[in-house]
Amino acid sequence: MFMKKTTRAALIAALALTTAAAWPRVVSAQTVLRIGMTAADIPRTLGQPDQGFEGNRFTGLTMYDALTGWDLSSADKASVVIPGLATEWKVDDADKTKWVFKLRPGVTFHDGSPFNADAVVWNVEKVLKQDAPQFDASQVGVTASRMPTLASAKKIDDMTVELTTKEPDSFLPINLTNLFMASPAKWQAFYDKAEGADAKAKSQAAWTAFAKDASGTGPWKMASFTPRERLELVKNAAYWNKDRVPKIDKMVLLPMPEANARTAALLSGQVDWVEAPAPDALPELKQRGFKLYANEQPHVWPWQFSRIEGSPWNDIRVRKAANLCIDREGLRDGLLAGLMVPATGTFEPGHPWRGKPSFQIKYDKAAAQKLMQEAGYGPNKKLTVKTQTSASGSGQMQPLAMNEYLQQALAECYFDVKLDVIEWNTLFTNWRRGAKDPSANGSNATNVTYAAMDPFFALVRFLQSGMAPPVSNNWGLINEPKFDELVKKARQTFDPAARDAALAELHAASVDDAAFLYVAHDVGPRAMSPKLTGVVQPKSWFIDFSPVSIAK
Amino acid sequence: MLAYIARRIVYVVPIIISVALVCFLLVHITPGDPLVAVLPADASQELAAQLRAAYGFDRPLPVQFGLWLLRALHGDLGNSIATGRPVLAEVMRAVGNTVTLAIAAAVIGFTMGILLGLIAGYFRETWIDKLATSFAIAGVSVPHYWLGMLLVIIFSVQLNWLPAVGAGPSGSNSWAWDWAHLKYLVLPAITTSVIPMGIVTRTVRALTGDILSQDFVEALRAKGLRETGVFRHVIKNAAPTALAVMGLQLGYMLGGSILIETVFSWPGSGFLLNSAIFQRDLPLLQGTILILALFFVFLNLLVDIAQAAIDPRIKRG
Repeated sequence: MFMKKTTRAALIAALALTTAAAWPRVVSAQTVLRIGMTAADIPRTLGQPDQGFEGNRFTGLTMYDALTGWDLSSADKASVVIPGLATEWKVDDADKTKWVFKLRPGVTFHDGSPFNADAVVWNVEKVLKQDAPQFDASQVGVTASRMPTLASAKKIDDMTVELTTKEPDSFLPINLTNLFMASPAKWQAFYDKAEGADAKAKSQAAWTAFAKDASGTGPWKMASFTPRERLELVKNAAYWNKDRVPKIDKMVLLPMPEANARTAALLSGQVDWVEAPAPDALPELKQRGFKLYANEQPHVWPWQFSRIEGSPWNDIRVRKAANLCIDREGLRDGLLAGLMVPATGTFEPGHPWRGKPSFQIKYDKAAAQKLMQEAGYGPNKKLTVKTQTSASGSGQMQPLAMNEYLQQALAECYFDVKLDVIEWNTLFTNWRRGAKDPSANGSNATNVTYAAMDPFFALVRFLQSGMAPPVSNNWGLINEPKFDELVKKARQTFDPAARDAALAELHAASVDDAAFLYVAHDVGPRAMSPKLTGVVQPKSWFIDFSPVSIAK
Repeated sequence: MLAYIARRIVYVVPIIISVALVCFLLVHITPGDPLVAVLPADASQELAAQLRAAYGFDRPLPVQFGLWLLRALHGDLGNSIATGRPVLAEVMRAVGNTVTLAIAAAVIGFTMGILLGLIAGYFRETWIDKLATSFAIAGVSVPHYWLGMLLVIIFSVQLNWLPAVGAGPSGSNSWAWDWAHLKYLVLPAITTSVIPMGIVTRTVRALTGDILSQDFVEALRAKGLRETGVFRHVIKNAAPTALAVMGLQLGYMLGGSILIETVFSWPGSGFLLNSAIFQRDLPLLQGTILILALFFVFLNLLVDIAQAAIDPRIKRG
């Protein structure tokens, strides 16, 4: 009996000790970062996200990698392209439409299958080869236009691929940051199990299943997914880049499209991080000790001028006058509560594609008035200009208030600004139709913000004459032979440093021509719990979640 | 009664077809490109044409409508352009969340509305009536958006009692009627309930007052019926109209509120509509509107039948 009691006591003591030893580990077992996104839905998870760069930020660059990536490690320097799943690349000296990419060895997808040349070819063909089993029309739109010249991919050996472009194009490595590598093995498993009337239906079913149980090579793995409610990601401890293995165990992404709701969720402790908090809540957030981050983004808030016959903007003096008539610092410090960077071009000083424009965009009302008088306008002869804009929209910041600010400012330089306010999606659609189209409603300018991550998006689609509607976004039908020559030169310069110099030359030429009314860059404001450390907000649309820690 | 029900069901068919036609046309005649969600503005014409054909937007509108209606009759509302997920599944999931919210809001709103209405009706022109009526007017007048934010500021931000947004705790993929989930429902349900509460209060108050002023009530009292008996008669006479009003209110609530669901990030049909409009996701927008319209039509049908069952005079009419 005594022995039994002793044994039982010993067992209880041992159990208690074991439990006590284990307890601290249980309590602090998992660190979780909860993020309130501005999106109304979780961006698509199957490898090519929707919802613009917010999609790439949250479901692209987290779960997936591309052949090339962005350096997101610095808050001070411009983000530049760095090796990703490719360690090096080179254009063929004899045929500049062919590129050879060396792949990173030892990388596996989250499902354990190897990343290799076959996987790259498969991923290129998912959006470019219509008769490939894995071709998915829904992924084409958000991918193909971001790498407009890519034509095909071919395996050289297991760790080498050859990519071919339709024409010589030095921008290809930058464009490839948008092609995320999904696991062919995982997709094939879903395809083999899928039911459907034909191969196309099975393929669609496989992609639907893949989206719910995704597999990439990125630093985060999908843990659970509830459409429109939440996406839970866990850290990929076996990530190939040991420096970027996440410090946090789990990240929960929550769609919260309403700014006040996001802010309230942060203030109530329901989330740890919100994108774009309500601007009028910033003082309270600061006062309560929340951390605020903002940095210049590759983003421009402009007026894009019409250059068709009869447009008042065809006179460079008028274009320059408008650019000199805006007090951008006043706009920043007043209306936007600091949440913008004044734009003096598409790229600001310090960016490799900035160049050295001779026309300095700044606030100089006297100079602006002088230019307008030289052009034949004055207090008694105002120049009427009409601008099409939207009441809201992704990246549009505060379009109505900002345009009214411009309206008032430009009035002092003898402009009479009329605003044509339309719904955001309609404005976006009209953007492709051009200044000559009836949808422009007689406007001489359009106010659509744009991302300036890569040379095509930032410069070429607006400045090259061949990009006029219906081809691309040269809405104002700019037709400057100098721009065309510089675009060609940049596209066909394959040494990265020389290519950057050519792009800088193109950008400087566009500023000297006052091609746009450059107003602001967005700053991607975000607010977060003071417990979060290690956050680096780069000059990018993207951010690296890997170095973020949560203090106990 | 069966003939009446059959007649009402037959009436519903042209309404449903008209609703389908209107919701199909409405989203097509608005300006803008239906492929804006998946087609960046700088996409080539070739790519745009390819995708337009893939989604069937290159076909004549009557053909698109015919095919859409045929598929809809088979329960296939197509796939969302933005997410690729089946529209029906998307809508039903959202509707499920909205129904949860509507039930909670109806319980709060109708209970409060009936109580306040009866009290106000019985004590007409007294301070009790004025207080209840003021409450009802405030409920109808106050902007939902503002009230939602106010409740969030008080109960989430300041007191930290209830969550500000969402529809359940982390790791939970489906709704459950436990406190862990219910606490997410409290603020949106209260916000949603104020309009039906106000409308039901005013309706019941008016009905109660009218009925109490009628001769048969005096006759009942003269016959010595106790006040509880009179109350039963009042309820019975007020019920058909009150039921019709509550049915309509329930219909509105089942339609979801874009504002409330967006403020609370409640993933219901209003939130879905907001998302579909924002992304210009035509199949999702059409499917959501159609399902919500059908809900409304069938709810009206049920209310009509229930009214007829309670008051045979309606059936004869």
